[in-house]
Amino acid sequence: MTLADYANFSNYAVASATVVLALAFLAHVAELVFVRREAVQPVGQPVGQPVPVGAGEGSALGQDEESEPRSAVLTRIATALVVVSSLVLVAGVVTRALAAERVPWGNMYEFGVTGTAIALVVYLALAARIEVTWLGSIVTGFGLVVLGLASTTYVPAGPLVPALHSYWLVIHVAAVMIAGALFLIGTASSILYIVKERAEKRGSAGAILDRFPTIAAMDRLAYRVIAVGFVMWTFGALISGPIWAQYAWGRYWGWDPKEVWAFITWVVYAGYLHARATAGWRGRRAAIIALIGFATFLFSYYGVNIFVPGLHSYAK
Amino acid sequence: MSQKVSDSKRDVVPALNRREFARWIWRQLTSMRTALVLLLLLAVAALPGSLVPQTGVDARAVEAFKSRHPDLSPVLEVLGVFNVFGSPWFSAIYLLLMVSLIGCIVPRSMVYLRAVRARPPKAPRRFERMPASGRFETDASVEDVLAAGRRAIGRGRIDVVTEPDGQSGEVRAERGHLRELGNLVFHISVVVVLVGVAAGALLGYRGAVIVTEGDRFSNVLTQYDDFSSGASFDANDLPPFSLELDDLTAEFQLEGPQRGAPRLFEAEGTYREGLDGPEQDYAIRVNHPLSVGSTDVFLVGQGYSPVITVTDPEGNVVFDEAVPFLPSDGTYTSSGVVKIPDAPEQLGLTGFFLPTAVSPGEGQASISAFPGAANPYLAMQAFTGDLGLDDGTAQSVFVLDTSDMTQVMNDAGDPFRIELQPGQETTLPDGTVVAFSELRQFARFQVSSSPLAVLPLGGVIAGLVGISLSLFIRPRRTWVRARREDSRTVVEVAALDRVPRDELPDDLDELLERLRDALDDRQTP
Repeated sequence: MTLADYANFSNYAVASATVVLALAFLAHVAELVFVRREAVQPVGQPVGQPVPVGAGEGSALGQDEESEPRSAVLTRIATALVVVSSLVLVAGVVTRALAAERVPWGNMYEFGVTGTAIALVVYLALAARIEVTWLGSIVTGFGLVVLGLASTTYVPAGPLVPALHSYWLVIHVAAVMIAGALFLIGTASSILYIVKERAEKRGSAGAILDRFPTIAAMDRLAYRVIAVGFVMWTFGALISGPIWAQYAWGRYWGWDPKEVWAFITWVVYAGYLHARATAGWRGRRAAIIALIGFATFLFSYYGVNIFVPGLHSYAK
Repeated sequence: MSQKVSDSKRDVVPALNRREFARWIWRQLTSMRTALVLLLLLAVAALPGSLVPQTGVDARAVEAFKSRHPDLSPVLEVLGVFNVFGSPWFSAIYLLLMVSLIGCIVPRSMVYLRAVRARPPKAPRRFERMPASGRFETDASVEDVLAAGRRAIGRGRIDVVTEPDGQSGEVRAERGHLRELGNLVFHISVVVVLVGVAAGALLGYRGAVIVTEGDRFSNVLTQYDDFSSGASFDANDLPPFSLELDDLTAEFQLEGPQRGAPRLFEAEGTYREGLDGPEQDYAIRVNHPLSVGSTDVFLVGQGYSPVITVTDPEGNVVFDEAVPFLPSDGTYTSSGVVKIPDAPEQLGLTGFFLPTAVSPGEGQASISAFPGAANPYLAMQAFTGDLGLDDGTAQSVFVLDTSDMTQVMNDAGDPFRIELQPGQETTLPDGTVVAFSELRQFARFQVSSSPLAVLPLGGVIAGLVGISLSLFIRPRRTWVRARREDSRTVVEVAALDRVPRDELPDDLDELLERLRDALDDRQTP
């Protein structure tokens, strides 16, 4: 294949992955709709217990395969669709790299596409080990939005500006993308934590919320992924970033707008980790800090690139 | 930060004496809650630093901002918003945070040192109250059970205690001290990084200089266009070296959607370390600085320097220099100023340079279509009078002060326009000849020294290791108790995680199984 063929293939793959991801999102939404219906007319599985992926195989307790609730079937369909979508998206990212003859994260379009691919892979890697498909609707929905926004910043595959000719580009941006993926999962968990905690307090938790894990489990998952994400962020934004800045700009830290926001994100997530160990801040307040942290992360990507001029503006 | 949650009842007791008050303040300051609030405050305080241009980052952007917002700017100026990271309120927050940090590290280090030396704690009386516990009976002796228990637990700090009568005993095990060590290392490293950055800023310097092809730069203060240094840096200590720029290469994308995007910038020439060191070749590219001793030279920009020759009406050459024109956009539309104090009447030229000029239409001003020099074009206007150089006040070489000058007009009474391509010349109404004799390129170098950079670098790496330990090490206490009852030995096992984890019951079941297996093996030869 020629470079142009690779570039074309990449574009088709990204578009197809977006469509499949949209279907996965719809399947997750439909799943929630069915949970509510099944709560009115209970079928098979007792309501109020989380249904793990692949629950049909062993836990049917002597019942027919047909009696598996629709919602559980939909969860499996949705997860299968996410698997397909991420495979196609990864193919799109790889061919983009082949077309541009470099790492596929040199501009905003590529960062969005590759970042989404990494987020989906991290989500699936977690799903293979622990039950996280209850986050599926948020993760797929967010992935769709990022892919959609990435398409508005599309640029054809091409070489990089001299400022990006550095292997630190590989390390710095990759670490930041992985951190972002982990922050996304922590954010999804924190959102559902806030929703469920509020509903429980009011005594209005319905069938959908009952299906989710306990709020303690949500809080724990959020903490773990954010803790790993925080370490990645420290490395990506506050270690490899300054080292590269020293080579490229002759100073390791200069309060460039991107640096300011990287710092703000770090400080807010540091606040989150401390809040979880502080009386009066545990739980809902910590979860809100986690959401603020993710908002600052998003702003340092979209906001700083688009609205604030600075040394990182080649990332457009 | 301190894990101590201050006892609020004692804190609000009225009528504290001075010493108690000081302790109260100290306890408040070093409490986790205060640290948390300070952290969040620091994030908020950093916000304006990214939204309003900063003097230390881009002084020109600050000037532009001030002229756009004449009403708002004086207020922002007073509040220090143009210099957020040097402002008193920002410093106040991070100094308080530092104090809070140190006030937390010191006592916790003491606690840690004691904990490290301490032996694992005694087994609790009632195992069933522990988060995970189990029991079984065996024929093995107490001694064998405890030995097997020790082996089954494996890692960590382990004590085996047997009662004198040999009828009962326990294994006490604790592991995960590295968690707190990591935590302390992380917080200490934050202090090291901050101190290192501050010390580096005091001792370091940074300057920018424009060097045109064929010119030489020596590392002395007067040669810099821009220079800033830390309070403890003496400009006489600038390490001596010099460099000559022979050739600047700038390559741009020639076609496709990214036409005009930069592809390669490289500055080549020779440099000399010290006053009389050997001449050596260099090639500086973006991301590949030249290191001379403790100083690094970076290529941070480039542009065009038209060589302008001015001949007075008598035929004397009064000016013959390459004049850097500063680019202002991606197609290198550049502006510049020529000051000719030696002309019969002082002469100033101001205008712009286009590397690839194209005319968008009849009667419209030319624009630059490409950053490479495919069709160089220089357009200037001329002023005569007083350049303002003689009164001794410093002025920028890139700004022409026309307040004491009059514009040169043509016969029709319109401003006289100088429009030149390389090799062309034009004659002003008074007979002065302005020639664009040659086009050269310039490199903008940043020369900087970041002493003690190894301190923050080492700090962040130690911090990364520390925080990884503190987040992922799982401290756990495990006990195995054996008691002889009739002809059997009752074995009880319990475990407690300092940081609760889900897999504790599974781990305990596994431990029980290992223990049973070990004892069974012993019994069946």
